[in-house]
Amino acid sequence: MSESDITAAFEDRPAFVPYLTAGDPTFESSIEYVEALARGGADVIELGLPFSEPIAEGPTIQQAIVRSLESGMTPERFFEFVETLGVDVPLVCMTYYNLIYQYGDAEGPRPFVERAAAAGIDGLIVPDLPVEEATPLRTACDAHGVDLIFIVAPTTTDERLTPLLEHSSGYVYVQARLGVTGARSDVSDRTSYSLDRLEGSDLPAAVGFGISTGEQAGEIVAAGADGIIVGSALVDIVAEGYEDDLTTEETAERLEAKARELTTGIIEQGRPRSERL
Amino acid sequence: MSETFGRYGGQYVPEALMPALEELTDAYRRYVLDNEDGFMDEFRERLRTFGGRPTPLQHAEKLSERYGTSVYLKREDLVHGGAHKLNNALGQVLLAKYMGKERIIAETGAGQHGTATAMAAAHLDMPCEIYMGRTDTNRQRPNVFRMRLNDAEVTPVDVGRGTLKEAISQALRDWAHSVETTHYVIGSVVGPHPFPQLVDEFQAVISAEIREQLHEQTGTLPNSVVACAGGGSNAMGTFHHFVDEESVDLYAIEAGGSSLDVDEERGVAPNSASLTTGTEGVLHGARTRVLQDSDGQIMESHSVSAGLDYAGVGPELAHLVETGRVTPESVDDRTALAGFHRLSQAEGIIPALETAHAVGWLEEATPEQLGEQVVLTVSGRGDKDLETVLEETATHDVPAAPEMDVFSTTGGDRNE
Repeated sequence: MSESDITAAFEDRPAFVPYLTAGDPTFESSIEYVEALARGGADVIELGLPFSEPIAEGPTIQQAIVRSLESGMTPERFFEFVETLGVDVPLVCMTYYNLIYQYGDAEGPRPFVERAAAAGIDGLIVPDLPVEEATPLRTACDAHGVDLIFIVAPTTTDERLTPLLEHSSGYVYVQARLGVTGARSDVSDRTSYSLDRLEGSDLPAAVGFGISTGEQAGEIVAAGADGIIVGSALVDIVAEGYEDDLTTEETAERLEAKARELTTGIIEQGRPRSERL
Repeated sequence: MSETFGRYGGQYVPEALMPALEELTDAYRRYVLDNEDGFMDEFRERLRTFGGRPTPLQHAEKLSERYGTSVYLKREDLVHGGAHKLNNALGQVLLAKYMGKERIIAETGAGQHGTATAMAAAHLDMPCEIYMGRTDTNRQRPNVFRMRLNDAEVTPVDVGRGTLKEAISQALRDWAHSVETTHYVIGSVVGPHPFPQLVDEFQAVISAEIREQLHEQTGTLPNSVVACAGGGSNAMGTFHHFVDEESVDLYAIEAGGSSLDVDEERGVAPNSASLTTGTEGVLHGARTRVLQDSDGQIMESHSVSAGLDYAGVGPELAHLVETGRVTPESVDDRTALAGFHRLSQAEGIIPALETAHAVGWLEEATPEQLGEQVVLTVSGRGDKDLETVLEETATHDVPAAPEMDVFSTTGGDRNE
């Protein structure tokens, strides 16, 4: 199988993978925010398509989802959002299975994947869809060249790891810890442990959960990660801009600066993937 | 053991929880199904001595006269704590103890499950935290106090409309962070496998007793069995031992709220009738019937009864409805309130508003539906609902209600 655009984005150096909820707080401002992240050095961008019951999210992203839904975000608007974006990096849609399922037909989730691929989505993350339930979506993704990215949790057992890696494509999302807050040393310890377990996988390992500074980003890639995923720290900037009534430009500048800080942390500590393998 | 019921059920949860579900499935097999270490013996003994089981099966004379049939009431309102919820809560907290877990979390709507879990946790000496929607903490204050009295933490959930749906999401979120040490006592036959089967197994004691007691009293099976259904644990527990008896008709009574219509624009369903008006979807870990808009966003539900106010329903019940084994019926708020007053007056039993829906349906059912012998489960007692009934009876012009003027408060505070 040829390497996907997403996997290729991890080649030259560890990748910076930011997350924002699409449409938070409005369609137009959110477009600006995502483009700011691209200018700040994003290699892959995860875009949240909001679902009303986001059982895997902490309070920060939960609130972003509420703002986005209140501003009228729907699956169809999300695809228009992706089509409107002027960025040149692979895009991953992160959403919950019910939205994919309802967009589907009697045959399964293929219509969602087809529409997503046509809009320019390169990969999917569905946090409430474990490998056991994923076969119909996996089949649809394969048919349309869309990567399906699974999350490896600290609680994932060795028995679960093999089928999970077999089903994954694009990258593996390594959940650094169970909680949404915690000590930094905790992150690196868990990260090293998780990364050791993934040795032998062909896929890049991107580590997420709780990374908020360039220094932490550097520590994570120094520990051997192929990429870092940052969500809440960026959504916090959007939330502050919303609450403090900042202009879209001011918030976009802050996001771009944060993206640069995180990218710099990665560049200082990271090495090309070819050397890391 | 099947993981699904037809096309319903499954495990739609974050990866972090999957190993815990495997561990729970294993514990369910060993302790519940195989009675390893005498788990089920201890459970039954505690249900008897702590829980007050068996509960009576009472012949209701006035209702029988009114409907021209023999009406029997299964008195789950007499279980310790005042509702059937203790059967499941005690089972799960005990199971958590056998599994070596250190902490209990739960969600609650009307507060009955939270109360039962808090009681079971106090009884078995486990720390306990209960998630409850902010709206529900306001409309069910006595139960919040009961949980606190049993030393449980009660954490209000402010997201969304602040009802059961939000409380379940918050409990799942907590569990995803604390799964290594914590057991989530889910309150109904909902959620990912194995919860629907596990909860059904603990609630099946209701129908086991009904069969035995009715046989003792009449030597026969009932013609029909009636139970209210929100998530569906009372209904599944009441139906369990009758599902294979084709001669027994099974009726699940849902909350019709103020209307069965749906406001797609606002994303609001003015009812909680997911068996009647819901569509297939994935909510809280399972594929089931769900109140949702055409995009798949979950709708805000409504019922005068906080315990039925939920946008989903157990997958097994959804399956039994789809295969025609269980007949879903819905009863609106006003009819439920009438049922509340009727049972209180006729039999001297003040039922939970959940149960009042089933009682209300007796008035709408045909003689053919009821048959010669009907069993109705009184899922819980109504003490928790008195404030709500006081307010709602005045606005709904309820038949069978007592003269309410004397209770009206002009400028006074009803909450005093």
